[in-house]
Amino acid sequence: MNATETKSERLDGWNRPPVIAPDGEGELLEVAMGPHHPSTHGVFRMDLALDGERVVRLKPVFGYLHRNHEKIAEQASYLASMPYTDRLDYICSLTNNWAYALAVEKLAGQEVPERVQYIRVILGELTRIQNHASSIGFLLQEMGASGTPLMYAFKEREKILDLFESLTGSRMMCNYMRFGGCRVDVSATWLDAARKVVAGLPQFVDEFETLLSSNEILMARCQGVGILRPELAVNAGVTGPMLRASGVDYDIRKVDRYGIYDRFKFRVPLGDHGDVYDRYMVRILEIRESIRIVEQALNDIPAGPIMDPKARIRGFRPKPGEAYGRIEAPKGELGFYLISDGGPNPYRYRVRPPSLINLTVLEDMCLGSNVADVVLIFGSVDIVLGEVDR
Amino acid sequence: MKSAEEIKAAIEAAVPGAGVEFVPNPGPAAEHSLRLAPASAVAVATFLRDDADLAFDFLSNVSGVDWPDREIAEKVKVARTVTKTVDGVEQSVEETVEETRKRVEPGCLEAVYHLYSVAKKHGPLVIRMKTANRIDQVELPSLTPVWRAAEFQEREVFDLYGIIFTGHPDLRRLLMWEGFKDHPMRKDYVEPDDYEYEPTPHDHVLKRAQERRAAEAALGTEGLRGCGTNKRETVNYEL
Amino acid sequence: MAVDQHLKIELGKQGVLVTTIEEIYNWGRRSSVWPMQFGLACCAIEMIATTMARYDLARFGAEVFRPSPRQADLMIVSGTVTKKMAPQVVRLYNQMAEPRYVIAMGACAISGGPFKQGYNVLKGIDRYIPVDVHIPGCPPRPEALIQAFITLQKKIDGQHLTGADRPRHLDAGAQGEFPVPEQGEHDLEPTSNAGVWPVQIQGLRD
Repeated sequence: MNATETKSERLDGWNRPPVIAPDGEGELLEVAMGPHHPSTHGVFRMDLALDGERVVRLKPVFGYLHRNHEKIAEQASYLASMPYTDRLDYICSLTNNWAYALAVEKLAGQEVPERVQYIRVILGELTRIQNHASSIGFLLQEMGASGTPLMYAFKEREKILDLFESLTGSRMMCNYMRFGGCRVDVSATWLDAARKVVAGLPQFVDEFETLLSSNEILMARCQGVGILRPELAVNAGVTGPMLRASGVDYDIRKVDRYGIYDRFKFRVPLGDHGDVYDRYMVRILEIRESIRIVEQALNDIPAGPIMDPKARIRGFRPKPGEAYGRIEAPKGELGFYLISDGGPNPYRYRVRPPSLINLTVLEDMCLGSNVADVVLIFGSVDIVLGEVDR
Repeated sequence: MKSAEEIKAAIEAAVPGAGVEFVPNPGPAAEHSLRLAPASAVAVATFLRDDADLAFDFLSNVSGVDWPDREIAEKVKVARTVTKTVDGVEQSVEETVEETRKRVEPGCLEAVYHLYSVAKKHGPLVIRMKTANRIDQVELPSLTPVWRAAEFQEREVFDLYGIIFTGHPDLRRLLMWEGFKDHPMRKDYVEPDDYEYEPTPHDHVLKRAQERRAAEAALGTEGLRGCGTNKRETVNYEL
Repeated sequence: MAVDQHLKIELGKQGVLVTTIEEIYNWGRRSSVWPMQFGLACCAIEMIATTMARYDLARFGAEVFRPSPRQADLMIVSGTVTKKMAPQVVRLYNQMAEPRYVIAMGACAISGGPFKQGYNVLKGIDRYIPVDVHIPGCPPRPEALIQAFITLQKKIDGQHLTGADRPRHLDAGAQGEFPVPEQGEHDLEPTSNAGVWPVQIQGLRD
């Protein structure tokens, strides 16, 4: 970029890299990768045009898991949509619940008691830990590590899921947050069990890092692959660890300070290059920061009610208006845009899916690289199809 | 961050003839929005992104909203000549009479954008654009050349609502398959009749199950295969 | 025809193993059912958790999950089948070689599940392909998937090699290719496959 370029040219998101002209004779090979593919994290299709092994064009095709969540939410009441939010990003159901509860509380002007804020932070950060661990496990599996890092990650995930199950009743689809509170109270025994699990987590991250972070194959395959420039990332609406790995300091926990995040001391890891290795390292470091947050929250959690006394549970009809509530979900910025017309059902219910919007730059990151790198770059975006297609 | 009225003033100072309207948001959230005129929307959006103070470089969310036609009945006082008997004599008298007039307020489709700033860490600013009607004038300018984040989300709004974004580099369906003809998120979308009627339905499902069974008894299951008993209207767009 | 148990034990004491071809054939088949790596949605995560260290599915014979349908015996349809995905599911089923089995895992694969009102949701995969075991749950626990696997193994054990109810791969006249639905303008055409839907369930009124 030279100095004579104007600012809008530099920031213009449609500033795409030139299509790499195929060298030599021959046609482009058009391959559909997916929807049934071992590495596509679910039912997702990429139409690749290949020149030999190099990618010349990549068009993603969505909709294979489009389950009409937004339409169903218009026909169901606000609370009836809470179990559906579990199934959006199905690995992290509690953060989905929190984002939706936050948006409705903003819409209806409800307050949340102290104890519930602490519970939300504990569960949200535990969700983030198990999501990042699983994501790294899946990335390594696509690199060829055939399941062993995934087994390590799932071992810790099972311990966290045990905690979720004893509190909410379900391992994955927790349906726990309510508008102005949560469903059941945490007991002292649960808090002790949580402290034990969290005490064992730093050792797990150390073991993971010892095995993986300076691994030759990981470094050779991930460094310099799938570079994302920070200006393009911001213009394309990328959020979450992908944005921070490109060096942009934007963490909604620090920016919006929703909940009680301003009471906790934690750092935000940033990357230098924006390649796959940086995204992997940002996730590992975020696990460590989340462990710190959970330890602080478990120490400081106060006693108190778990539901806003002024909250209406039956006949919940927020006043007409609209609101947009967002949180820093493990995948990025998860937002809910709600329009109320005074009735028991929302008039418009919209989910802002971080996974779909992070995929806007997939083609830019993959152009010119090999098909094997496409698998890795796609794995480092860390998507869940339930959220992409809703 | 400046409030929405201040931003409106700044836009009108920078982009002459912008046609920005302030839309208040009732309710506790108080997220007021600005309605842009489609003709100047791209210029306003570029100003919002590039201005040093505002620096809205991050488009977070694009949603479509469907506002169907509304029938409004209002009582109007009208002067009319009425034949009345006054003192036993029939006369034409002018009187003010209350009449109920029904009018149809045409609906529209709306696109709502939520903007944030990563550089200044403020937001949100809500901007909206609405189409002229829901039937044939459904074009809006695309903001994808300004913020790349709108690329997939505007495609989804086109797919589910039918708003045609002019200037979008690749406007095709995102979630439904290519040959699909309806726009499912509209309020008047009729779903295909493929429901599996469980043995003990109730309420509106029972009604539909009874209609379906009556139709099956008349036509036989073979006659109904592959088509639904729901009436639906297809609206074809020039793509 | 089964072998008399007492005779078996007596001969076993002498070091002679007696069985029928049917028993040993079915034992070989049921002890190494290899599933296809086919996860659609949330139930896929529970399926992956079932193959992980805590609820190891490999000890029941599902040693590897093959990504290719040609090399797999079992298709675990885990997750919601949407109308956009349904033709691909049927095509994959057609590409599997006999003997092949289908487990419909989770409420969505059985009947559409919580998303039953969706315009893009196929109300159950048994509209187009025959299903052997249905697992209710949303998502079903890993133990439920293991129980379904064992139920499938019992079903395979009980199959007779000759006779009218012999399995499809020994029946030359059985249907091999199931018709793939087309994506029409409003819905899939046809909405269901006449040969497999509706499922005849004993004891259901109406």
